[in-house]
Amino acid sequence: MSHVVIHVEGVGKRYKLGANRQYRTLRDSFTNALTSPFRKRDPEDPARIFWALHNVSFDVHDGDVIGIIGRNGAGKSTLLKVLSRITEPTEGQVRLQGRIASLLEVGTGFHPELTGRENIFLNGAILGMRRAEIASKFDEIVAFAEVTRFIDTPVKHYSTGMYMRLAFAVAAHLEPEILVIDEVLAVGDAAFQKKCLGKMREVSRTGRTVLFVSHNMTAMRSLCNRVVWLRNGEVEETGESGAVIANYLKSASATVTRQFWPTQEEAPGNSQVRLNMISVTSALEPGAEVDVATPVNIEVRYWNNVAGMVLNVSIEAYSIEEICLFSSFNPPEQMPAGLIRTTCEIPADLLNDSVYQFRVLIVRDAATILLKHEGVSLEVHDTERTVAYYGKWTGAVRPALRWSCDAQNSVNTKNDSIVDRR
Amino acid sequence: MTDVSTLPVLVIRPKKGFVSLNLREIWNYRELLFFLVWRDIKVRYKQTALGAAWAVIQPVMTMIVFSIFFGRLAKIPSDGVPYPIFAYTALLPWQLFAFALTESSNSLVGSQNLITKVYFPRLVIPLASVLAGIVDFVIAFGVLLVLMFWYGITPGPAIVWLPLFMLLALATALSVGLWFSALNVKYRDVRYTIPFITQLWMFATPVAYPSSLVPKPWRAWLGLNPMAGVVEGFRWALLGKTAAPGLLLWISIVAVLLLLIGGLFYFRRMESTFADLA
Repeated sequence: MSHVVIHVEGVGKRYKLGANRQYRTLRDSFTNALTSPFRKRDPEDPARIFWALHNVSFDVHDGDVIGIIGRNGAGKSTLLKVLSRITEPTEGQVRLQGRIASLLEVGTGFHPELTGRENIFLNGAILGMRRAEIASKFDEIVAFAEVTRFIDTPVKHYSTGMYMRLAFAVAAHLEPEILVIDEVLAVGDAAFQKKCLGKMREVSRTGRTVLFVSHNMTAMRSLCNRVVWLRNGEVEETGESGAVIANYLKSASATVTRQFWPTQEEAPGNSQVRLNMISVTSALEPGAEVDVATPVNIEVRYWNNVAGMVLNVSIEAYSIEEICLFSSFNPPEQMPAGLIRTTCEIPADLLNDSVYQFRVLIVRDAATILLKHEGVSLEVHDTERTVAYYGKWTGAVRPALRWSCDAQNSVNTKNDSIVDRR
Repeated sequence: MTDVSTLPVLVIRPKKGFVSLNLREIWNYRELLFFLVWRDIKVRYKQTALGAAWAVIQPVMTMIVFSIFFGRLAKIPSDGVPYPIFAYTALLPWQLFAFALTESSNSLVGSQNLITKVYFPRLVIPLASVLAGIVDFVIAFGVLLVLMFWYGITPGPAIVWLPLFMLLALATALSVGLWFSALNVKYRDVRYTIPFITQLWMFATPVAYPSSLVPKPWRAWLGLNPMAGVVEGFRWALLGKTAAPGLLLWISIVAVLLLLIGGLFYFRRMESTFADLA
């Protein structure tokens, strides 16, 4: 059974920094050649060389659903691009067995002037489907996208939702042996994402090999059986998804509870406002370990350089999966110039035992974001349990809710159950 | 499930040294080529209010201007054919060529979104842009038939060679387009030189004047410009007043082949960098 279908061996990809940013002109190349004909052109300045991938090796077996995780810039997208032959590796090699289709974006090649029907054929061909194959799946695609009525309307008249659904529908009906998917789930509304996830689960159950990049760790955990964790372009760990994701989350959560900039010169911000300090700590005893029953204090200090601006600070709490859990802000107020200190308290029994990131925004007139900062992060520990259950409580937050329960023997239970069903 | 161990194996590794053209792969992607051509044509005719009229207006207006200034005022000879039809038979392949060259040169830059997201042999892109020009050509050809009827000219049996000359025009456009499109990805100022080059090229090609103006010993070398071979071929096949372009045509064919093979190799060599530069 377990046949190796993707064998990645020592793959590296080198970029020259800056080469991507500014296009060269033929004129410049000519002038360079004329003015200094004997100088070696383009000397390889080591500081300008960047290895997006370095010495990456791993195997994927037939039927595996592999997740690729890592922070932004860890090389995930570059790896997918190499695997899908969009860009060539600088060194090493990849051995692929079977037809590969990559889905780095939904709706690649969609043309706004063409109708839904025309775009299905065009997009299908771009993704590598045969015309006969598209024709045979056409009705299924249209039904999945729920655009039957508008199939002969140019897609420029589609709503964003319809457009995304149609684009995903074509992609979802690809039938290669190996499927490479990048973040397509990041688009669309919740219902659409759910549909996509369902379709992907279905795809992975057919025994096809799937490679999948996403920041959504929940999706990763439920879809993938194995995970490759990339860090700075190198493989940090590969293995069973639960374990690797746990390690990744733990490492990613090297928490920064305090950020401080003593002078305005080095502080992030702009001419209007600059940050001085952000900290998150236990409200009971500064610096002490925080557990789910500890209230938490967040403090933001910033310089206001324009007297009289109406300002407020806004905090956004993110889970480790980079999902925004909640946000909160203080009432906007007219501020004098100088250092401003704002604090807020997150009550006890709200956060779960996990790692949270608190991003900071400074907003003017309750409308314009003057400053946005990555902020600080905090690890929340579990408390001593008084119940028999010792597993992790599910959920991004863990609020203490008021519960009540009492036996209702005296009341007619038959009636109650009818009420409950409503 | 199929047994994966029997499926073809593909090895991805850095290209080194001599690159193979791998034309079989283009054949495997012929359906994509078809859809890209179809898209280009469809979109062009949907977006322009005048639609097909454009394909006629351009060569006809140029023919009128040429007839007035070169034919009437400058009295340029036209090998014994009425000047308007003399110019139009040359303008027909010229427009096909100029359009195909411009479109294919800008094709890669215009398809960045495809290049950075999906794999397919990149050659399909300039090839599709060249082929999309054929529809305009066919429409403009209809005008020629009307003109020939008007002037009472019936083509001889040489007309069977016409597709060959058309192919030669497309091959010339493709071979130059391959160079330009690949250079255009790397050097973004290439696109500004294209209108200028096409203009100069037209005057270097016997479109407005007959090749018989060039002294006899030099005439065949005019074929180094493949479009000279195409234009002379069109006049011979359609109007039948001039002699068959023998040596000149052969020189043109050899020139196109060299240019095309060079262009293909250069394009293949640069292909792997397109996604990183685009």
